[in-house]
Amino acid sequence: MRSRVFGNRVGRIEDPPLLTGRGRFIDDIRLPRLAHAAFVRSPHGHAAILTIDKSQALATPGVIAVYTAADFAPHLRQDRLIVGLPSPAYRQDVNRPVLARDEVVHVGEPVAIVVAENRYLAEDGAAMVNVDYEILPAVADARASLVKGSPTVHRNALHNLLAEFDVAYGDVAAAFSAAPHTFRETLWQHRGGGHSIECRGAVAQYDAMEDRLTLWSSTQTPHTAMRLLSDVLGWDDTRVRVVTPDVGGGFGPKLIFYPEDVAIPLAALLLGRPVKWIEDRREHFTGSTQERDQFWDIEIAVDEQARILGVRGRLIHEHGAYTARGANLPYESAQTVTLPYEVPAYALNVKLALTNKVPVTPVRGAGQPQGAFAMERLLDRVARELKLDRAEVRRRNLIAAQRMPCAKPLRSRGGMQVVLDSGDYPKCQQMVLDAIGWRDFKSRQAAARAANVYIGVGLANFVKGTGRGPFEPVAVRIGASGTIHIHSGAAAMGQSTKTMLAQIVAAQLGGTIDKIKVTTGDTAGIAMGIGGFNSRQAVMAGSSAHLAAVALREKVLAVAAKLLDVSADGLEIEGGSVQLRARPKTAIALGELARAMGGTPGFTLPGGMAPGLEVSEAFLRDEMAFANGAAAVEVEVDAETGAVEIRKFIIAHDCGRMINPVIVEGQIVGGVVHGIGNALFEWMGFDGQCQPVTTTFADYLLVTSTEAPSIDVLHMESPSPINPLGVKGVGECGVMPVAPAIMSAIEDALSPFAVKIARTPVTPAELAGAIQAARREKRVGPAL
Amino acid sequence: MSEKRTIAVTINGKRYQEEVEVRFTLADFMRQQLGLTGTHLGCEHGVCGACTILLDGRSARSCLMLAVQADGHEILTVEGIAPSAEKMHPLQEAFRDNHGLQCGFCTPGMLTTLIEFLRDNPDPTEQEVRIAISGNLCRCTGYQGIVAAALDAAQRLKAAKEAP
Repeated sequence: MRSRVFGNRVGRIEDPPLLTGRGRFIDDIRLPRLAHAAFVRSPHGHAAILTIDKSQALATPGVIAVYTAADFAPHLRQDRLIVGLPSPAYRQDVNRPVLARDEVVHVGEPVAIVVAENRYLAEDGAAMVNVDYEILPAVADARASLVKGSPTVHRNALHNLLAEFDVAYGDVAAAFSAAPHTFRETLWQHRGGGHSIECRGAVAQYDAMEDRLTLWSSTQTPHTAMRLLSDVLGWDDTRVRVVTPDVGGGFGPKLIFYPEDVAIPLAALLLGRPVKWIEDRREHFTGSTQERDQFWDIEIAVDEQARILGVRGRLIHEHGAYTARGANLPYESAQTVTLPYEVPAYALNVKLALTNKVPVTPVRGAGQPQGAFAMERLLDRVARELKLDRAEVRRRNLIAAQRMPCAKPLRSRGGMQVVLDSGDYPKCQQMVLDAIGWRDFKSRQAAARAANVYIGVGLANFVKGTGRGPFEPVAVRIGASGTIHIHSGAAAMGQSTKTMLAQIVAAQLGGTIDKIKVTTGDTAGIAMGIGGFNSRQAVMAGSSAHLAAVALREKVLAVAAKLLDVSADGLEIEGGSVQLRARPKTAIALGELARAMGGTPGFTLPGGMAPGLEVSEAFLRDEMAFANGAAAVEVEVDAETGAVEIRKFIIAHDCGRMINPVIVEGQIVGGVVHGIGNALFEWMGFDGQCQPVTTTFADYLLVTSTEAPSIDVLHMESPSPINPLGVKGVGECGVMPVAPAIMSAIEDALSPFAVKIARTPVTPAELAGAIQAARREKRVGPAL
Repeated sequence: MSEKRTIAVTINGKRYQEEVEVRFTLADFMRQQLGLTGTHLGCEHGVCGACTILLDGRSARSCLMLAVQADGHEILTVEGIAPSAEKMHPLQEAFRDNHGLQCGFCTPGMLTTLIEFLRDNPDPTEQEVRIAISGNLCRCTGYQGIVAAALDAAQRLKAAKEAP
């Protein structure tokens, strides 16, 4: 493999257009006769729809059409979006309608669509659609949702249990009954929305000449969207094309197939005009999926040396009102808990509870950060109770490097054995301890406290499943101009996917990315695809690109050898041509080879080889590549205001071989700051009637540049043995250790007040309250 | 609601005389009516900063202004930052070289904000840069690459000024 392009800090091919205002995002699409849509959405958490009166809306100037569920029904083969990943755990099906017909179950649920000459007029029209609701009891709390006698989220349902399953191995009862120490924690973990700075959007056009419906959507999963849209319309999928333009950030919610992804194309079909809908931020808060609450009741059993004997507990996961992805999110939470450590026995019972809120689906990390949080909080508790150093407790339990590959008695959601493929977890932990000065921190802390400054350090480890299979195809083709075209079902939304694929292909085909053109997210460009989520694209699409490029390289060399009448052994691809290593002037351009393999009527192809210079590959891998890492953080807490300042943040991580260290660092740092948001700022609030109360960025706080610390990233590269590049995913890894490390550091800083933290996020007001209470009660702090 | 007025604005050095609906925001006017889609809308309530433009050299949220308020004023958007189609501005080059962008959606507002900031503060500290962009949200980068790019750009601009 050529070293200068793979593994190096290569500049991104995405950058020049994005820096000069020439990006092409969904809202930048302009089409002749384009009409604009606005949705009428439920203002209630739960209500029956009695009547919908469109007449005033239709009389509004500029309004072209108003559609309700009844208008759409004759054109839909199925009126629900059936998108849930398979699982035996479901206890009921709650699939979303395209538009609500007679019941709304969350604020923001689409009820009608208004199409007008521009968005202002569409919103005028939407305000004039008169929907008569009968308000029904709303279920706001996931725990209360499961209590017998609770009102139901759907009025005709028998209960609110969406799904239930156990993730378990070993003899947990025996482990606990024999254990000298057991400790129990009750945790309330909240995460917010995705909040890409670009909201969602859809543009659709029916082309009668081609008999083809094109949907441009800011989706992370265009091929899935094509299949689902075809299914819902009852169309052959060759008549549907889905294109993902530049995407202004994904972070999870954009992998979901939404009601708007059907409503907009259908409106375009019915009108015979292209239609655009761009989500506004308020809609993103109410209509885009998000993560929210997990309630953990979890217990650990350890021996006298703090070695883990078992972990057990219960998790209630808030699912929202519909199934928009599946039971996967809490499954990942449950599966992640024990990954970095030797845990002989484990049992977690998981219940998914319906609530009258927008559906819950993965946000960056997909439930795995919560699993890590639960485990790390337990280990901090063990350290405190047994009066041991927090790092030492972890060191005694981390899986040793010589155990790799290490089979865990766990099965993935698809039934595959979990095997930690590579890595040195104790070393990663040691790297962050050394970097933050863990050993000498106590003296620094004492000195600071003498000056009334409360500083603390915290630590957390993680292991993250990445590279979700089974495949992501890539086609590599050399055109007559000499340009190398890469097509992939992978979806780019800011993670430098195009540069990543170009680097991998360039390593085989000439060493530079200048003449490479990458197309992602277009179902017309490649027949199959799965899309971007679960830190999978470098692993799955990257491996496919590598295999395709290697095969194409062989063919290029064979064709060139034939045309130059030399042996292929002496040839090298250099820039845009193939040349004889010994005599670089003997060369032939890639484009010329492509022309030769394009065929001439009546003439034999060179060497009798198969036509064309194109190779498609789909690397198949069901097992995941497990990335890992550790974070150490130093905080200062203002004992009067409760404000937390992150003074140092060190993260060591292992994503296998790095394709581009700059991009890897960008992903890690971005993930860490997302995790800081989850730990300290982001709160998606609802009132008791399930009315969202944080629907602007003034109420819902994203981390800004003044709260984000400067983050030190330390790399460790343990190549994964389960894919040809040795890579592991990195996109979600930064999030993983942040909340537990910060909480650990805050508790350490506030140890004089014995403040305990059992929730995310934790706010300054809560910390200040706990400190004040501790002062009142002579330094005995309550749990938060 | 469809009252219109004629306005004259200069955007990136080009003069536009246009009839615009009085309720159109400046951002919507530029994006939808003029096709200048480089300016992005992330929240439309003035917090995220993606839509930041320079109005007579001062940063302003184009989502919080009506187009008619821009009548007679001079505007710089992301499309007008580079000196030519072939050459990027030192700030843009610094963003490219310091991985100051990932998805690129907040980038136009970051660039315009920093053009103004570096003009007024040619030799800033890291903390000053962080305060300068604290009204611009980025979900991808964690700001680290952006801060590095701004500091690098300050050096590049200084070097360009000192060059003969």
